[in-house]
Amino acid sequence: MRSQRFWQYVQRYRRAYLIGYAASAVAVAMAQLAPWVLRAAIDAIQRGQAGGRLAGLAGALTLLALAEATMTYVMRTQILAAAYRIESDLRHDYFAHLQRMSMRFFQRTPVGDLMARAVNDIRAVQRLAGVGLMRSVQTTIMLVASVAFMMTLSVRLTLWMLLVLPLITLLFLGLGREIHRRFDQVQAQFASLSTRAQENFSGIRVVKAFAQEASESARFQMEVDAIVRVNMRLARVQGVLWPAIGLIVGLASVILLWQGGALVVGGQLTLGQLVQFSYYLARLSFPMIALGWITNLWQQGRASMLRLDEIFRITPEVRDPADPIALTAPRGEIEFRNVTVAFDGAPVLHDVSLLIPEGRTVAIVGATGSGKSTLVGLVPRLYDPVQGEVLVDGHDVRTLSLASLRRAIALVPQEAFLFSDTLHENISLGRDDAATAGAPNEDGAPGLVAAAGAVSQLTADVEGFPLKYATVVGERGVTLSGGQRQRAALARAVIRDPRILILDDALSSVDTDTERRILEQLRAVMASRTCLIIAHRVSTIRDADWIVVLRDGRIAEQGTHDALLAAGGLYATLYEQQLLREELEAADPEANEPEAPPHAAEVPRA
Amino acid sequence: MSVMVDDDQILGRAYDARLIRRLLRYVRPYHRIVAWSIAFLLIASATDLAGPWLYRIAIDRYIAPHIAGAPAAGALGQAADVRGLAGIAALYLAILCAGFAARWLQSNLMQYVGQRVMADLRVQMFEHLQALSAGFFTREPVGRLVTRVTNDVDALNELITSGVVAIFGDIATLVGITVVMLWMNWQLALAAFTVLPLVYAVTDRFRLRSRGAYRAVRTRLARLNAFLAEHLMGMTVTQLFNQERRSRRRFGELNTSLLDANLNSTWNFSQFYPAIQLLGAVGVAVLLWYGGGQVVRHVTTLGVLVATIQYAERFFDPLRDLSDKFNILQAAMASSERIFRVMDEPVTVQDPPRPVALPTVRGRIEFRDVWFAYENDETWALRGISFTIEPGQAVALVGHTGAGKTSILNLLTRFYDPQRGRVLVDGVDVREVSQRELRRHIGLVLQDVFLFAGTVESNIRLGNPGLTTEEVRRAAERVGAHRFIEALPGGYAAELRERGAGLSVGQKQLIAFARALAANPEVLLVLDEATSSVDTETETLIRHAMATVLRGRTSITIAHRLSTIQHADRILVLHRGRIAEEGRHQDLLRRNGIYAKLYRLQFEEQERGAAG
Repeated sequence: MRSQRFWQYVQRYRRAYLIGYAASAVAVAMAQLAPWVLRAAIDAIQRGQAGGRLAGLAGALTLLALAEATMTYVMRTQILAAAYRIESDLRHDYFAHLQRMSMRFFQRTPVGDLMARAVNDIRAVQRLAGVGLMRSVQTTIMLVASVAFMMTLSVRLTLWMLLVLPLITLLFLGLGREIHRRFDQVQAQFASLSTRAQENFSGIRVVKAFAQEASESARFQMEVDAIVRVNMRLARVQGVLWPAIGLIVGLASVILLWQGGALVVGGQLTLGQLVQFSYYLARLSFPMIALGWITNLWQQGRASMLRLDEIFRITPEVRDPADPIALTAPRGEIEFRNVTVAFDGAPVLHDVSLLIPEGRTVAIVGATGSGKSTLVGLVPRLYDPVQGEVLVDGHDVRTLSLASLRRAIALVPQEAFLFSDTLHENISLGRDDAATAGAPNEDGAPGLVAAAGAVSQLTADVEGFPLKYATVVGERGVTLSGGQRQRAALARAVIRDPRILILDDALSSVDTDTERRILEQLRAVMASRTCLIIAHRVSTIRDADWIVVLRDGRIAEQGTHDALLAAGGLYATLYEQQLLREELEAADPEANEPEAPPHAAEVPRA
Repeated sequence: MSVMVDDDQILGRAYDARLIRRLLRYVRPYHRIVAWSIAFLLIASATDLAGPWLYRIAIDRYIAPHIAGAPAAGALGQAADVRGLAGIAALYLAILCAGFAARWLQSNLMQYVGQRVMADLRVQMFEHLQALSAGFFTREPVGRLVTRVTNDVDALNELITSGVVAIFGDIATLVGITVVMLWMNWQLALAAFTVLPLVYAVTDRFRLRSRGAYRAVRTRLARLNAFLAEHLMGMTVTQLFNQERRSRRRFGELNTSLLDANLNSTWNFSQFYPAIQLLGAVGVAVLLWYGGGQVVRHVTTLGVLVATIQYAERFFDPLRDLSDKFNILQAAMASSERIFRVMDEPVTVQDPPRPVALPTVRGRIEFRDVWFAYENDETWALRGISFTIEPGQAVALVGHTGAGKTSILNLLTRFYDPQRGRVLVDGVDVREVSQRELRRHIGLVLQDVFLFAGTVESNIRLGNPGLTTEEVRRAAERVGAHRFIEALPGGYAAELRERGAGLSVGQKQLIAFARALAANPEVLLVLDEATSSVDTETETLIRHAMATVLRGRTSITIAHRLSTIQHADRILVLHRGRIAEEGRHQDLLRRNGIYAKLYRLQFEEQERGAAG
């Protein structure tokens, strides 16, 4: 095990491991002494002694067992508990590490992959740290002690046993390889089965459109039959393993009876010693079996720790500089200076320069993929430019402390992300003191959360929820409509009271009317702040102090609404199209429709 | 994301009679093999009992005479007894071999049953899924469904092969040992059994506590993982609002509560194993003390005592394993509940009990006051739509996003059923026809071309398995796909992987047209898309292919190409689930209504592009 990290965790619980191993050594000693007492008892019986002496030996046997049980208990609780603590620490560190990763990392790495590591790999490491480390040491002690005690009884018998029992380990290794090979085949076939199912479910419309259900089922049946075949191939070998181990252990027992019996008949060994020996034999068999199993634990644990280390070794792309400047009293001036951004080598923004004085509202427009979101994401350092610099209040953002920079900013993305928590929790997320300051006061004064909700036009919706702001919004906010989700995300930004407010198409799912009311409310909020707004609706754009038009990652035009319209360029075209779109949306459907659909929207459940 | 969502969190009770009965139904067809397997299991368990028994004979018959301190038998007797020992040893070895064979056979047979049951379950679930409506598949993430047919079914295998059978084997061993012990010397046996009430008490207490502990671990783990998955997805939000510490604290709480549950369960387990071992030792001590006295008083023999001690030790192994089996059961119950939940999903779009055969289809289509809303949608997608399309007519659907264009195709192919109104093909309601029959006559070409793993040829032949290679070729030629297919390595036999990765969008669309032409339906529904990534040459090919495919058929096209609307016999302009305008291109333009606006928004640029 090369991972330093793993041993650091173990080191942290050194005490528990040492106590556990000490207890383990004592337990093994007790386990070795018990057969000795048994032998004394049998020899005593055989000599015709009973009563007091026998009772004493029986008592001793019980005491030894009690001591062994106690020590085993100590060993298990110490080491296994330490392993669970390691698991817990490891998981905590993993999460804390991921918290420092940049947005690009999460775009590149599927959540499923990160989850697989958090679930499966951390468990494998825990098993290694627990059962693995415990059994490794215990087995070794047991092995050495059993052989040593056997030797004192009969060297000849011991040699016999040492001839037979290692067959178990050999069997494990030999069959293990073949089992592994066949297991790989099973895995491959399993993957093929998954792919077939995946393909069918994703293409179900085509399957249905061409009435292919029956032939698809037939093809699936073939995959299923194939998996039965490879599984049976595996089962035939795997099925040999345990019975064969039983056979080898049995063989040792047969030899003991045959050879050991002859020794007793010949008078070189007492019957008690023979019985005693049989007990050591039992205590030697288990470690032989455990060896193969422990090897497996080590292999899995090592592979899993490697996969975790892969993540731990990644340094965050966006992180605090060595000597961060704290942005204590932000004003909100933003400047882009010859900024070029590329993702995975593909340029997204080219040489963009733009100065936004504090307190201004700037609208950014352009077609999909023109680089609008990329531009605004630079301000809170979701990623860094490859060339040029972004300045806030004259400081390159890369010289500022990340926390103080982001504290000055509230960014509302188009994809409103809510956590499965109460609305109150979700909104107060925007502000550290809001959790308490935002609680609805008993004297009826609206708390911060309710005030922010009012600006975002959430009040009427929330009134309709059974638990008001204490309503839980369900996994990723699924119980809310798209518009409600966006408005909740907006409230989260409003409560933050930021110097810089960035709306990245944040009201796309909100209807025109509500948007107008939100903007009226926001105007007071925005007046003193710097605002960057990506939007489509004409009314939103028109009111901005300045409009920037992006095309293919470059600034194509900029100016006020009237000036740009008069120029008759790209902005004028975009504007005209947007007007058309809004006219189409406004064209009302005729009235007289029946009641809402049979499964009309429900109020979010608490 | 397929990790931990909703019903992935079902924990399962260890034993649920309803589920077990339902699972057993799948085992029933293999009851004969199961019976054989159990027979072999009993044989194997019986051979397990042989060891101590043979030891007893060996001790009493061959060894004991030599250890009383009086070698009465002499050297001659000694040699005979050593031979006797060898004989017993040989018998022992033979029995062990028999046990080995029985065990191996048993495990193979049971594996076979497990595998067959899984296969049956998988195929049945798959077939059920094929019958479910398209709506179900938009609701359920594909990843989750895949997990149902793969991993969840696998969890059941463990139940069948190691769970049930192993428990049965353990019980057989327990009973066997009890019987032999009683038979050898019932007083000794009873002495050994004095610890059993304690064993029962310990096991019972453990079982109760471990159930609680297992549940606590599972729920807390599920909660933690759900939190983790959610916060990984929303990490940027956390970072932007400087909430790292807050969410780390919450994570820490969940993590600690899981740790507590794990520790609790560890302590519980750590008490159980040593406790059972201790009781075993006490049993042996009692045997020694009581049995020793009996031997001294010559009530019983030393061999019987030693054998009884050995049996008593074996008695405790199966008891210790029971706890592991318990966990397997629990996991399997959870999986089977998830599986049956899918199997119980009702088939909403069903064939009628007595499907009507379509007459010779001419291709007349009628919508009569159709109202339709998607499941869980707040608004109507179609609001009382009525129209008729005569055989052979080419109709283009035009409208803004969400106007209801796709819904019309979905109803006509019966991917969904409307809430009100009727959809008729040649005067027959589509709900009265079998889906298979209906879809043989109504073809569909989707914008997102779906190619299956297989050859180009098998993809074109999809709707009409009887086609010869020559006919497939002809279809490809007519839509202009022949040339690039021939150029592929392997030509028509070229294997398509990963949904046709390596083919361009335009090439995939041409294959889709060839596929539609090969199926030769009377009515064709097309979702065409003016793809920007298609070069001019391919664009011309596609336009030509479309014209070829539509010729002589009734067609409804969701139009994104200028050429489509220009050549349509009739254009239906949809707006918010209603037909707002209809007519031919030029007339509609002159009306200067919704169509004119849509045209300027969607098509004008194409015209400019075509002109310039």
